[in-house]
Amino acid sequence: MVMEKFNSIVVGLLIALIIGVFLSPFASSFPDGLERVAEDKGFIKSAVDSGFPSLIADYTFPGVENEKLATSLAGFIGVIVTFVAAIAVGKAVARKESR
Amino acid sequence: MHIPDGFLDTKTWVSAMGISSASVGYGIKKLKQEFDYKKIPLMGVIAAFIFAAQMINFPVAGGTSGHLIGALLAAAIMGPFSAMIIMSTILIIQCFIFLDGGVTALGANILNMGIIATWGGYCIYRLLDKENALHPFALFVGAWVSVVISALAASIELAVSGTIPFSVVIPAMLFWHAIIGIGEGIITVFVISYVKKVKPEMLENGGNGNGEV
Repeated sequence: MVMEKFNSIVVGLLIALIIGVFLSPFASSFPDGLERVAEDKGFIKSAVDSGFPSLIADYTFPGVENEKLATSLAGFIGVIVTFVAAIAVGKAVARKESR
Repeated sequence: MHIPDGFLDTKTWVSAMGISSASVGYGIKKLKQEFDYKKIPLMGVIAAFIFAAQMINFPVAGGTSGHLIGALLAAAIMGPFSAMIIMSTILIIQCFIFLDGGVTALGANILNMGIIATWGGYCIYRLLDKENALHPFALFVGAWVSVVISALAASIELAVSGTIPFSVVIPAMLFWHAIIGIGEGIITVFVISYVKKVKPEMLENGGNGNGEV
């Protein structure tokens, strides 16, 4: 039982990693709906850089020449960080004892 | 649909931040009463999956792309309170690590994609599927609505900020997101059908599933 549960989590996480690492470099680079509207209606230039120091701005791992690889690395880190963060949040909010 | 810094004025982003904080705070309070610790691993997997899926922009039409939001996907599997928390977690990570969505706009992005998308989509889904049986049609419509209502909220915030008039931004945003919402619907139905097939016990009683994984 314990093993089965473990397997489902691993499979789910693997699927997320495959998407984040292997599919992400092939995502469309067209502007998204909001960016498109901002371009068409002339307010895209209102956007400013938050100036927040980030390690992996725009899903591009710094210092990696190959653009696709930089995106894959960003995807890998993002999936792992999100998984760990959501588990931590779940632990923080879950009831202490099971039914 | 991540709003960058600079699109919203101070009164708008501060208000949005206030509404989001209150809503997420209420969600956490509700979860503390009802969230079973057995669902924790599932929460992690769903959040990781939605993060990854959000990276995959798909072209829609005329040189525009869209990507999954995932609010209804999370709500249908985990319930709307968990979905709010999952979406907020993802948006916070995207904001601070990937600079996707502005820091001042974070409250608005959580409001649009974490709260309004979740509840708007979930209410429509449950209206069409009272038994919470994960009926594909209800999921599709709920997912579509979640994107469109989220776009409407973003439009209102932009207009209230004085960035662009209501009459210009609302039709334009609704036009593109009505198309992007079709993708949201297809992905949501596909993913839930897949989970239903390979891991039905996870989805027992639909969104009230015991979360056994």
